[in-house]
Amino acid sequence: MGIINKFKTATTRTQKESRVPWRSSGVKKTRTGQKKSELAYIDEKHACPLCHRHIDNKILKENMYVCPGCNHHFQLALKERISSVADPGTFKEFDASIRSVDPIEFPGYREKLEKAQQKSGQNEAVSIGTCLIEGRPAALGVMSFAFMGGSMGVAVGEKVTRLLLKGAEQKLPVVLFAASGGARMQEGIFSLMQMAKTSHAIALLQEQGLPFFVVLTHPTTGGVTASFAMLGNVILAEPGALIGFAGPRVIESTIKQKLPEGFQRSEFQQEKGFVDTIVDRKQLKSTLSFLIDAHIPRREVR
Amino acid sequence: MPEFSFQKKLKELKKMASEEHMHIYEDLSKIEHKLYGGESGTTAWEKVALARHPERPTALDYIERVFDNFLEMHGDRQGGDDAALIGGIGFFEGIPVTVLAQQKGRNLKDNLKRNYGMAQPGGYRKALRLAHEAEAFGRPIITFIDTPGAYPGITSEERGIGEAIARNLKEFSRLQVPIIVIVIGEGGSGGALGIGVGDRVFMLENSVYSVISPEGCASILLRDSSKAKLAAELMRMTSRDLLELGVIHGIISEGEGGAHKDAENTARHIQEVLAQQLPILINKKASQLLKERSYRLLSLGPYYEDQQERGSLISRLFGKR
Repeated sequence: MGIINKFKTATTRTQKESRVPWRSSGVKKTRTGQKKSELAYIDEKHACPLCHRHIDNKILKENMYVCPGCNHHFQLALKERISSVADPGTFKEFDASIRSVDPIEFPGYREKLEKAQQKSGQNEAVSIGTCLIEGRPAALGVMSFAFMGGSMGVAVGEKVTRLLLKGAEQKLPVVLFAASGGARMQEGIFSLMQMAKTSHAIALLQEQGLPFFVVLTHPTTGGVTASFAMLGNVILAEPGALIGFAGPRVIESTIKQKLPEGFQRSEFQQEKGFVDTIVDRKQLKSTLSFLIDAHIPRREVR
Repeated sequence: MPEFSFQKKLKELKKMASEEHMHIYEDLSKIEHKLYGGESGTTAWEKVALARHPERPTALDYIERVFDNFLEMHGDRQGGDDAALIGGIGFFEGIPVTVLAQQKGRNLKDNLKRNYGMAQPGGYRKALRLAHEAEAFGRPIITFIDTPGAYPGITSEERGIGEAIARNLKEFSRLQVPIIVIVIGEGGSGGALGIGVGDRVFMLENSVYSVISPEGCASILLRDSSKAKLAAELMRMTSRDLLELGVIHGIISEGEGGAHKDAENTARHIQEVLAQQLPILINKKASQLLKERSYRLLSLGPYYEDQQERGSLISRLFGKR
């Protein structure tokens, strides 16, 4: 859900019209589009898939995977994401062994999981740890869309919960980068229940007077949007990210018409009041450290 | 008949267990259902059809029968009133309670008004408003779930359906009054869960509860939208499945032939469960209630870990159960 082809609409909108090029509104299939990553496109064509400006992987890497031409924010891999916010060498992962167990024995799920684990070298679609952000201690969670679409099963729900409880226990502010297609349907009702579990953990953190900062990245949809992603004390978003509950295709099939361009993007969500502010990737680290400084835990908490 | 007396004994044991030991109650419920429930051999897909049966009683049909003097309260106080998610105050055996429910239409015209039980953000915000109002006056909350899901439309997204559901999940998990949740028909995904966080969760025998509709599961995971029947099996979405998986506390049996044939008896069974559970919950101190709710929510779902640390983490946070 919410996986979209990003290469189709670049020509419909010139750079002058907008600094932020829209990804396609999701009309085109997922199945073929999904396989070919944006970075693979760059390897092949040496150009940004949206503005077609000449770039290669090296330039892109130096620019934190943001297109220098059109400011398109490419999806970041786990490692790059961590190094983009945590001070070098400070990220200490915990509870990394947690993984899914195929709780309703859904056919084909185990194989899919194993494949994702082998491909990514991770056990699950989220990594959690403690780190320093410009010298400030924080608990940091990063979801990987590359791991089964960042979908939330029990293991992801448990790890997000552990992250929040770690914050509550060690009196740390919690920062979480969201990227998810929603609930992991292969885990049935248990995946739904993770929404309740994680949201409850946020209540426990916030009751300790500690802040929860969410950064919404492309894409954040479904059950993750309807739980922890929308419960930050401050909600930040990267430019141009798809953020919503129902995916564009589901909505289009309900209302039987095409959605307007930009629907459910970060800029739309900021306009509608669900995102505090949109922050370019290069400013994220300093923005987070600013927010940590500005959210001083209350002395007296229940 | 020895059989009968065993069943009766089981019921008594269940009642005793429900006072103190909810986990034993759940186990006994499972045994009871293994032995006596569902001999009809209804398939998961047939359950889905029953849960969606056009003549299946709606929330209001039960509310009228179970509560005295129900007074509906309208409005989210932000400019709207969602008819798909209703709420109000009634009396249950002399105790004032707040009732929240997803309301499907009773006919086509009513369904247009009720949007087939698919609530928008305003509905969830109304529910939260009424829940806080209940908390302020110490009224227990009873919720009835019956929705295909939250409404997936433009207005719904514009007004933040994700945020509205998320907020309810968080806030309901900390309300200082007892919450009893009963799935009466379709428990459709996040839209259902939006009024589904509580201290006790029950399902009517022929209701279903799942993360996605069988049709959705078929087209996304099985890549064939005609495989909805198979998907319904695989998803494990019937009341028996959920009891076995340990996600709900018990199953409420319906009247002869299903709720659509016997609303009276189904309502009476709901009444019996409430009569049994409400006093237990009301007698708990708020701090104890919240602690137990925390335990339940934080323990939802099995996973693998090298060293099992969840138990020690939870007891570090809350002390012993």
